[in-house]
Amino acid sequence: MSAAWLHPAADWSAVVSFLLFVGLTLAITGWAALRTRSAEEFYVAGAGVTGFQNGLAIAGDYMSAASFLGISALVYGGGFDGLIYSVGWLVGWPIVLFLIAERLRNLGRYTFADVVSYRLNQGPVRSFAAASSLVVVIFYLAGQMVGAGQLMRLLFGLDYGLAVALVGLLMMVYVAFGGMRATTWVQIIKACLLLAGASFIALAVLAPFGFDVGALFAQAVAAHGRHQAILAPGLLIHHPLDVLSLALALMFGTAGLPHILMRFFTVADARAARKSVFYATGFIGYFYLLTFIIGFGAIVLLGGSSGPVGGETALAGGFNMAALYLAQVVGGDLFLGFVAAVAFATILAVVAGLTLAGASAISHDLYANVLARGRTSEQAEVRAAQLAVLGLGVLAVLLGLLFRHQNIAYLVGLAFAVAASSNFPVLVLSMFWRGLTTRGAVVGGFIGLAAALALTVLGPEVWRDVLGHAAAPFPCRYPAIVSMPLAFLSIWFFSVIDRSARAMAEREAFTAQQIRSETGLGA
Amino acid sequence: MEIPVTDDLPQRISRNPKYAELVGMRARLAWGLAALVLAAYFGFILLAAWAPALLARPVLPGGTLTVGLGLGVGVILWSVALTGLYVRRANTVFDPLTHALIEESR
Repeated sequence: MSAAWLHPAADWSAVVSFLLFVGLTLAITGWAALRTRSAEEFYVAGAGVTGFQNGLAIAGDYMSAASFLGISALVYGGGFDGLIYSVGWLVGWPIVLFLIAERLRNLGRYTFADVVSYRLNQGPVRSFAAASSLVVVIFYLAGQMVGAGQLMRLLFGLDYGLAVALVGLLMMVYVAFGGMRATTWVQIIKACLLLAGASFIALAVLAPFGFDVGALFAQAVAAHGRHQAILAPGLLIHHPLDVLSLALALMFGTAGLPHILMRFFTVADARAARKSVFYATGFIGYFYLLTFIIGFGAIVLLGGSSGPVGGETALAGGFNMAALYLAQVVGGDLFLGFVAAVAFATILAVVAGLTLAGASAISHDLYANVLARGRTSEQAEVRAAQLAVLGLGVLAVLLGLLFRHQNIAYLVGLAFAVAASSNFPVLVLSMFWRGLTTRGAVVGGFIGLAAALALTVLGPEVWRDVLGHAAAPFPCRYPAIVSMPLAFLSIWFFSVIDRSARAMAEREAFTAQQIRSETGLGA
Repeated sequence: MEIPVTDDLPQRISRNPKYAELVGMRARLAWGLAALVLAAYFGFILLAAWAPALLARPVLPGGTLTVGLGLGVGVILWSVALTGLYVRRANTVFDPLTHALIEESR
């Protein structure tokens, strides 16, 4: 069976849903643009987002196409193994709530570098934070752009390059004109659409089984080529170190993703920040449970001999499209069109959040606070942010073209690994450890960042598969298992050996920082 | 919080015993809950990596649902429940204590 089964029957409904979404979001962008004058409006929507709205927006930012299409596809292909990813992506959230969210809101205004540089030397610390944020944003963006290009090509028969350029253009319009307000609403709308679409698929899958999950699993075991094995750990487990390293990256990387951290500055206070994590965790957890049902539904409805595609590996467009095929089976062409548009909206929303975070690292940290040393007008800073958005948009399109053949989930996994090895250690130590100094944060942070990048290149995925060497010097696909502890160790070491007068003053300043961080006084 | 920060307010807050109580209580809860989530998740991963046969066992003899599925879904629900617990405790205990601390120290 070829791609003709999915396409072009889906064409018009997908195009109509897609145009509706784009029309609505552009209207919101226009509305937001009229209100976006100040830097506070541009970066954090005037800090007027409610906890519930922010919870939805965080969920919208986090439930990327990689997780919707990717996890259902992993479950479809391997059953249980997909659960390891779902769980890993979720457990980062409690950590964000317990250790990061409230303190972040109390100490910062626009970027997480505000928090890290609170009592440290602005120039070097912000330069480090901006550099490592940009690396994370670039990996993450690349993954999303590749997903967008592949999805558009499959659904609309659109040329890959054209699809990537279209995503880049739309995202530039949202972010450059509408700033955080437009980005937030794009994410909220997308989260609602995605949750509704995924709920419908899951319900439609469960209905014939009388909503008995056990019966669904029993049927899936019968339909899948690996039978009972799909309900137990399987393929991934041949490389336990890989799984452990990925687990570390997923768990701690979430607390180091600049676009996620930035969302906590859009609410009024620490109380709203904490509420937003609770809502977000609930939505995201619910969503991951749904992707699991969707994956098993795909095994039953697509994988068996009676399924429309015949065999379990015969999906045109690859495994990643399993959720879309399933949407068509349970809801017809109209529903497929809706889900396709939702999948696309998902990518747009995530890409917009990433771009805004990357742009603020450039304009707020590098331009306004490092280059201009705080002596710049608000207008100039917003203008710089808008220019940075345009630059990042062009870069995102180029990345989409460059990484065309890379695995989406791998790129996103790398973004998490880098975030867990650079941003996260520096951020958490700046909040909790009196002894942290500028030298420790900057040298140690850069060591973590460099180690994460170098070990990725030396690992099997790049060294062996891309560069064509025989064996990789570093055995793991993901670097976090070494680079994250190394970052903590380096930050500690270069802080404790720092005996400069500046370092003494920085340790002194911890008390005042802690009072503000714990009580919100002055925030 | 719309409270003007006078020069010595931070000093008076840091000397107030309620401040140490707040910081200590929140730190114990936050790190304790973080440890519980970590233990659940890494327990799950380590079992999946080194005891896959255990996870492949059905929960009920002859049933389809395996121990692994139950644990995986359990870790997700556990995480959501613990975030709920933290938020509840922060709303009912930490916020009033913070408020009282600032009022007293003014």
